[in-house]
Amino acid sequence: MTHAWRLSHLDRLESEAIYILREAAAQSERPALLFSGGKDSAVLVHLARKAFYPEKLSIPLLHIDTGHNFEEVISFRDKVARSFQDQLIIAYVEESIACGSVRLPSPMASRNGAQAVTLLEAIKQYGFDMLLGGARRDEDKARAKERVFSHRDTFGAWTPKSQRPELWDIYNGRLHAGENFRVFPLSNWTEIDIWSYIVCEQIALPDLYFAHKRAVFKDGPLWRPVTPLTPLPLGKKAETLSVRFRTVGDMTCTCPVESEASDAAAILAETRLCTLSERGATRMDDKVNDAAMERRKKEGYF
Amino acid sequence: MSMSQSKLVRFVTAGNVDDGKSTLIGRILHDSKALLSDQVQSIVNARFGRADAGEMDLAFLTDGLESEREQGITIDVAYRYFTTQRASFIVIDAPGHEQYTRNMVTGASNADIAVVLVDASRIHQGHLKVQTRRHATIAHILGLKIVFAVNKMDLIDWSHSHYQQVEASLIRLSRTLGIEDIDIVPINARSGDNVVHQSAVPSWYQGPCLLQILEQQDKATDFADLPFRFPVQRVVRTNGHTLAAKRGYAGRIASGQIRLGDEVCVATSQQCSRIAKIETYDQILTHAQAGQSITLYTQDDLDIARGDCLTSSDARVTNLVVADLCWLDDQAWQDQQRYILRQGTASTPVRIQTVLHVRDMHDLSQVRGEQALAQNDIALVKLQTQSPIIADEFATNPKLGAFILINVDTNQTVAAGMIRNS
Repeated sequence: MTHAWRLSHLDRLESEAIYILREAAAQSERPALLFSGGKDSAVLVHLARKAFYPEKLSIPLLHIDTGHNFEEVISFRDKVARSFQDQLIIAYVEESIACGSVRLPSPMASRNGAQAVTLLEAIKQYGFDMLLGGARRDEDKARAKERVFSHRDTFGAWTPKSQRPELWDIYNGRLHAGENFRVFPLSNWTEIDIWSYIVCEQIALPDLYFAHKRAVFKDGPLWRPVTPLTPLPLGKKAETLSVRFRTVGDMTCTCPVESEASDAAAILAETRLCTLSERGATRMDDKVNDAAMERRKKEGYF
Repeated sequence: MSMSQSKLVRFVTAGNVDDGKSTLIGRILHDSKALLSDQVQSIVNARFGRADAGEMDLAFLTDGLESEREQGITIDVAYRYFTTQRASFIVIDAPGHEQYTRNMVTGASNADIAVVLVDASRIHQGHLKVQTRRHATIAHILGLKIVFAVNKMDLIDWSHSHYQQVEASLIRLSRTLGIEDIDIVPINARSGDNVVHQSAVPSWYQGPCLLQILEQQDKATDFADLPFRFPVQRVVRTNGHTLAAKRGYAGRIASGQIRLGDEVCVATSQQCSRIAKIETYDQILTHAQAGQSITLYTQDDLDIARGDCLTSSDARVTNLVVADLCWLDDQAWQDQQRYILRQGTASTPVRIQTVLHVRDMHDLSQVRGEQALAQNDIALVKLQTQSPIIADEFATNPKLGAFILINVDTNQTVAAGMIRNS
């Protein structure tokens, strides 16, 4: 017998994610892959292609479009969808607003939380029973509590106090009609793992992730981008800095960090030295209160 | 891909409520510099914090749910990740309350080591708490290596004689359970003494600190040295429905190794063939081993579907197994209820023929003839399955020796099972 070797850390994570993707597809009638154009979902699409090879990826991509996206993200999303003839389904928060299921406190308010409503409407419309997402446990303390196969009841709600037992790597994907699962193949990946994998596998990302010159203004500890949705407030001064985004989300609440890192390897090096978590450094919506993510998830957020 | 070979240590905390499990994890993350500054800030600002002014409530690093913070307890498992120079860690913080034992079992099933905490100040005349016994029992039957951490040593002024008393009862408990190899370490999670650093430890303790003990573990077993087991997840087709179509079997090797030309059998039908191709998206392989997700092609067309397991020729199958069960569901076992057993990717209807014994958690004795199985019971049962399953014993092959039971009507996962023999 050949002497066994130890799989590398990334090989182990990749293999686990592929296993989870295949388990989800095999136990699902109508799965979809949540694709935002962000780095985690780009990694997830890459892994899904590997998981179902030599067959073509037959799972549709689902994007919940807040209408508050950076242009670079939308063009990246469309490019990915085109290049692999993956089926792309777009559900618009704008439509939920139009039909009255989403009411925002003000026209310019963040639409991150509102995505949950649109997502649940899309799940119902298309009959999805399993949604594959790129969320990771190291992102947030509520996510750190979530199962890999995370059950949602007929209201689309997560009930953190009564999650199903999840034993070993045996995933019970059984559902009643109207319920769904959110499945997270990247549960055990950290931000550093994601960037290491992007470097190794040369995964393409929106330009937004790499250092570029951008007009920004200071808002507390954060730099906010000057955009049509977030114009320069009176009395503030815009500066043009070299920045990059660590996460990409709703334009009204996603902030860049100062950086000169122009490729994935340089970002990986910076991430290793970083002293702020990725959401802490970039997301205004998670600063609202301590349990912001948990409350959103209970309402159906991914 | 990168071939950096790092050791992976997965440990779960266990023990009675308030023995300091979440605080210990917070301490380990904090002292091994695995925390970012905004994460530290968020626990300083946290509502419901129990720490004195100027101190942090370290438990809040893993008690991430609102209701956990309100009640100051852990309800469900939290997963955290950190790396030292010697190993990568997955840290699993499990709840101590009896009510949430099923979450502790979930955490334990994904760990290799259990750090069972004991509050030194609350043990009198060496009398251990029921949850300490229960968690040690669960960890042991789930095949985990056990490290006992005797916590809150400051509250007993690091008294050697008191420690020795606790140590003696932990050794007795281990003997009762049949555990030979244990580590016992005195710590103070709140101050960090003997957790990551050896500060403030009296001269009577000569051993390593907790983190050193964990770093030395290598329980991430070499499943590659066990017999070959490959539960088929999906059947894939190349060339569609043409004559040249070829069926491949996608899965992750649960145990063992496989080379081109090796003989494999379908465990339940005893049909055999040889491996014609081992494939991933990136390459064609000549050899693969446990843990790798691959697609296998056989020389002959066999009748193989999801749920079949490709094995080396030595695998046995059976319809009757004796197994340890942890009953997790709040609905007790009912004879007329229909259940499904899942092993690997295979599912089959199952019935519990006999409950051989249920363990009494107070003295760990085995109560015979009790025909009930309620939540948190740990029992030895005889099961009959409709289709045969692979007869691997959990002790020798924890991958295929493990199974779950599912209630057909509620879809709940109701029990964790481990095959003893058949």
